[in-house]
Amino acid sequence: MSRPLLIHGGRIVDPSTNLDEIADVLVVGGRIEAVQPGLAGPEDAQRIDARGLVVSPGLIDVHVHFREPGGEHKETIRTGAQSAAAGGFTTVWAMPNTDPPLDDPAAVGFVRQEARRWARRGEGGARVSPVGAASKGLAGVQMTEIGGLVEAGAVAVTDDGHPIADPVLMRRLLEYTQAFDIPVLQHAEDMALSARGVMNEGSVATALGLRGIPNASEAVIVARDILLAELTGGHLHIQHLSARESVEFVRMARDRGVRVTTELTPHHLTLTEEAVQGYRTEAKMNPPLRREEDRQVLRQALIDGVIEMIATDHAPHHYEEKEREFDDAPFGIVGLETALPICLHDLVVSGDMTLSSLIDRMSCAPARAMGIEGGTLRPGSPADIVVFDPEASWLVDADQFRSKSRNTPFSGWRVTGRIRRTIVAGETRFEDSGSTT
Amino acid sequence: MTAMGKDLELGKDLIGLEDLSREQILGILDTAEPFKEISERKIKKVPVLRGQTIVNLFFEPSTRTRISFEFAEKRLSADTVNISSSGSSVQKGETLVDTARNLEAMRIHMVVVRHGSSGAARFLADRIPSNVINAGDGQHAHPTQALLDLLTIRDRFGAIEGRRVCIVGDIKHSRVARSNVTGFLKCGAEVAVCGPRTLIPAGIEDLGVQVFGRVEEAIEWCDVLYVLRLQLERMQGGYVPSLREYNRVFGVTSRRLESAADDMIVLHPGPMNRGVEIDSDVADGPRSVILPQVTNGVAVRMAVLYLLAGGRPELAESAKGRMP
Repeated sequence: MSRPLLIHGGRIVDPSTNLDEIADVLVVGGRIEAVQPGLAGPEDAQRIDARGLVVSPGLIDVHVHFREPGGEHKETIRTGAQSAAAGGFTTVWAMPNTDPPLDDPAAVGFVRQEARRWARRGEGGARVSPVGAASKGLAGVQMTEIGGLVEAGAVAVTDDGHPIADPVLMRRLLEYTQAFDIPVLQHAEDMALSARGVMNEGSVATALGLRGIPNASEAVIVARDILLAELTGGHLHIQHLSARESVEFVRMARDRGVRVTTELTPHHLTLTEEAVQGYRTEAKMNPPLRREEDRQVLRQALIDGVIEMIATDHAPHHYEEKEREFDDAPFGIVGLETALPICLHDLVVSGDMTLSSLIDRMSCAPARAMGIEGGTLRPGSPADIVVFDPEASWLVDADQFRSKSRNTPFSGWRVTGRIRRTIVAGETRFEDSGSTT
Repeated sequence: MTAMGKDLELGKDLIGLEDLSREQILGILDTAEPFKEISERKIKKVPVLRGQTIVNLFFEPSTRTRISFEFAEKRLSADTVNISSSGSSVQKGETLVDTARNLEAMRIHMVVVRHGSSGAARFLADRIPSNVINAGDGQHAHPTQALLDLLTIRDRFGAIEGRRVCIVGDIKHSRVARSNVTGFLKCGAEVAVCGPRTLIPAGIEDLGVQVFGRVEEAIEWCDVLYVLRLQLERMQGGYVPSLREYNRVFGVTSRRLESAADDMIVLHPGPMNRGVEIDSDVADGPRSVILPQVTNGVAVRMAVLYLLAGGRPELAESAKGRMP
């Protein structure tokens, strides 16, 4: 077991315990022992000076793609977990659309074991929780052996990347998963309505001559699945909302007490379809970047808590895969190492959200919504902690990423907030020697 | 003829008319004027581009545009190579980047590119030092088509400014429509589009275009009726119920043209589906300038080749006799 740890003098921001004050954090045996000012700690404790820095529960991202097995040239479980730790994340949920997909217990077990193996070798990062496939081969027809997947470590099921089109399958999933108390994650998209679109439908797509994806393509599935969640009582989690109409349906669902949770990506929070101008494939993602009106509605919904969490949809792609015709480039961008600074800059520096609320959306809320450990510094909890400088201003440089991939639209952006240390179970998994001692 | 100043010179490439000013567009049309005459000569060849190597890189089938470019190139004495996607390395999985690099390694001067993906011409142009001319990229742009249309309208009306142009048909999938909307607007025309709502792209009004739901209204309104080809696959896509229905509701017929202004003209980029979007008596009738469009296509493409090769517009007349 690791040495005790005393993080002293930092500003503790922990919305789960309503804490925002200068205090020390003592970690013993990989768990939080105490949080209060003036802690002495045992003799042998490793002391970490956090004066001038924020100390928070480690960030949680319920939506990442680590590509292994099958896409190791884009990312591996090792590099993905390290990228997550570099972004301040202590737990991430790895999506099952790998090759082969995580649709049987052995594949699910592989992801979990691989992350633990690297951690034991001192090359670990964030905790990696596998998400199982909802259907065999992600084909949207036959339900996977969900009980077996959960035994092997799956924390949820989804066909992410292949939206579940069949309403009967969706109904069955929302019913069946209740035995395991896990959510069904849905990439809400009607593929027929999307009609092979590559960006948001509207005047920008029209001028560029690119096929458009209408807002309704997302919103019809959001509406349908909310009704199915209401019918069944299952936990529906809708991934990466992008359309303002979707927010209306989610609001309605809340009022009716439906078990629905949602997420917003840092890129839908900050970018619009204009980013595609010039056929920039690093702005090609699914759901697509929408219009400013959508962005404003989504942003406000996050501030209001209607959308309860940020998730990155970290989607690494190799340089050569993005370096091609817009139609043929794959969807997706990396996001783990820019998420906190982008959100800090957009929401907190602007004064529209408190730092505490942002930490809630990126740590406490996902833990609460998904019913998992983490997201708190309450004594007895796992010592998953992020220490960051909330004021450091820096330029995003994709070449510095720990991720294997560089596909980001944020290169060259000036952002605020720099991760100094990420601690998982009391063990430092990332350190920026910049100013931490 | 108006002289084009240094700041009106074209850049390295011709990708879309959105990159050009009105003066640059009119400058190209002015430059095309002296080149028209070459095609009327008995010996249709001048040494303007002697020693220049041009690759016609066609990833999509094309007859009309490719032949028009080839005539323009040959009449200016350029050396040309045609590459089409069938039988080329593209079919073997080569990426567009690699195709570009390989062409460059052969030390060529210009590439005329037709590609099925919007943005592909810009993509290529950004990666090679040769001049790139867009001969159609996906649903984005077909700038030389718009230029030859502008020249044809100017030939008939003397000026483009203030004219009312309506494009009828499948606007959604048409690069010709997009380039023409841009070109007409830049040159000061009023622009409308007309077609079944299934084939009108979202947000087109935001580009400064009005939309007519009925072709009869469009015909009464416009000075120039620009009829687009209805791709037969649109029926399978469910955009229109049948060709017969399309002709019934949107077909340009001589009866519908009875309400048009006396000097209204009809254009079509070809190839035509006679009896679908346009009836034969209109296509072959007095209002049609469809064949002059084709003739102007060669002159406009000569002008573009000449200008991108560094030719001065005011010297085009004398350049016909010697190297630029």
